[in-house]
Amino acid sequence: MTIASSSPPSRLPLGSAQGAGTKSRTRRARSRESQGDGRLAAVFIAPALLGFLVFLLWPTLRGIYLSFTRFNLLTPAEWVGFDNYVRMVNDPIFWSSLTVTVEYVFINIGVQTVAALAIAVLLQRLTQSALLRGIVLTPYLMSNVVAGLVWLWILDTQLGIGNEIISAVGVDRIPFLADETWAIPTIALINVWRHVGYTALLLFAGLQAIPNDMYEAAKVDGASEWRMFWRITMPLLRPVLAVVLIMTVIGSFQVFDTVAVTTAGGPANATNVLQYYIYGSAFGRFQFGYASAMSVALLVVLSAITVLQYRLTRAGRTDLG
Amino acid sequence: MTAVTTTTPTVRPAKRRFSLGRATAWAVLGLVVLITLLPFYWILRTALSTNAGLNADPTSPLPVDLTGTGFQRALGLQSAEEAVAQGGAGGGLDFWRYLLNSVIVSTLITGCQIFFSAMAAYAFSRLRWRGRDKVFGLFLGGLMVPTIFTLLPNFVLIKQLHLVDTLLGIALPSLFMTPFAVFFLRQFFMNIPREVEEAALLDGAGKVKVFFRVVLPMASTPVITLGVLTYITSWNDYFWPLMVSYSDSSRVLTVALAVFRAQTPATGVDWSGLMAATLIAALPMLVLFACFARRIVSSIGFTGIK
Repeated sequence: MTIASSSPPSRLPLGSAQGAGTKSRTRRARSRESQGDGRLAAVFIAPALLGFLVFLLWPTLRGIYLSFTRFNLLTPAEWVGFDNYVRMVNDPIFWSSLTVTVEYVFINIGVQTVAALAIAVLLQRLTQSALLRGIVLTPYLMSNVVAGLVWLWILDTQLGIGNEIISAVGVDRIPFLADETWAIPTIALINVWRHVGYTALLLFAGLQAIPNDMYEAAKVDGASEWRMFWRITMPLLRPVLAVVLIMTVIGSFQVFDTVAVTTAGGPANATNVLQYYIYGSAFGRFQFGYASAMSVALLVVLSAITVLQYRLTRAGRTDLG
Repeated sequence: MTAVTTTTPTVRPAKRRFSLGRATAWAVLGLVVLITLLPFYWILRTALSTNAGLNADPTSPLPVDLTGTGFQRALGLQSAEEAVAQGGAGGGLDFWRYLLNSVIVSTLITGCQIFFSAMAAYAFSRLRWRGRDKVFGLFLGGLMVPTIFTLLPNFVLIKQLHLVDTLLGIALPSLFMTPFAVFFLRQFFMNIPREVEEAALLDGAGKVKVFFRVVLPMASTPVITLGVLTYITSWNDYFWPLMVSYSDSSRVLTVALAVFRAQTPATGVDWSGLMAATLIAALPMLVLFACFARRIVSSIGFTGIK
């Protein structure tokens, strides 16, 4: 969609095109085109195509196939038709996992999108500092594991600085990650901490494409910043916002790492998100067939959301014209 | 194709006069920076404290009983008795080794993936061959499949190849390409003026030479940006290495951190050691980012938005 380089092509090591005979060049190029570069292309494409076929296309098809089998990794997969799907529909833990995941996605995406938008607009309207943009991006350099462990420590009920501050204010300590109602919102916010800067920079890039004249003109007309945000920024940013939203929602549904290191699905399945349940089914109980069926279900949900969101936000169209 | 990376300051405040709105906006931005950075300081402060000190004085803004024992435990430099006495698990985790494993895996993935993806991108953008658009369409379709969906079947494959618990097994699925890298680099190669390439061809260079001597150097900025982001992504990956790696020989930092956390001694979590280990895992990426920050920050727009 957007492509740019911060520095124009600078090095032309084999001489520039200036002054060469235009006619003879195009003739030569044309004859080259008709010949084609088949053999060379085959060499250039071979490694990537191998990787694509073996580690992307084949596993995708195999994952769908495995969802129709009983498979424990040790004995060959055994075809069982729709058994896994029937079991899934009747599995209360599957449904609770799905509910927990959806709750997580709502909190995570809701808070993150609003915060990222606010940060992006502040970075655009207040300052163009690259340093600030760099700072905002730093949590994104951490792994989910690191982010999870740091906040596990900060929010620790007994010794965490977060709870020390809370109790100093006179409120009861909150067992953030050990309490059934607090755990999911807490994990959702930890992941907001890690991803909000990256999301903000994506939106910031989108904001850069809005012509500054529009703000200048609105200012001359006496519009306030607030009004400019709703009348200029939001309508023009919508296509970028839509794409970012689709990307982040898809990512959000795949939450696993943070849960694995902070709560391990507990307390009492309160944070047993879908991907964690899938992992447990495969590697804890060796039900690879059932785990595959749930993966397929997640894939279907994600595809449906993508299509729906694309339609709703009219991602394809832009007001910039 | 809109350019989004101009960093010239286009918004210039007309008046530098104090206004309540601007002050509030700056305050909010200040708060954002604070929430962003404080956890990093807290890692450092905790890593340099003793566990006894942390228990006695949990709110001290400075390290309690300034010490390096947390790092010694994380790097396996303490005897088991010593470690247990200081609130550690004495499990003998050696983060030097995991650091090395992480470096090997991330370097292997980044080097191979970018190179092979660039070759494919060149074939898709600059070479003429039958079926090019069909194959490219297939690659684009690959963007639709979330990586996470391929993990289980890929694990089955890696197991059949007897590569479980090896560094190669961790790296292999991401070694050859990602649809995104191919797509991203192809877009960029298409923007390189054809005249430049044709001039090189007139000078007698072959297409292979053009790729290495003209196209790759001219695309150095996006290649480096993509490379750094790929390195960070593979360094931070947890789910896939967790599936494939079982022992020290193939354990990478993210998995090791989770193991460290799981080895909680009866006296409570070894926060000092854990935060020291966390810092060891996080620091290389902070340094890497610091080296390329300006380039990455100004080009993040097009790497994320496909």
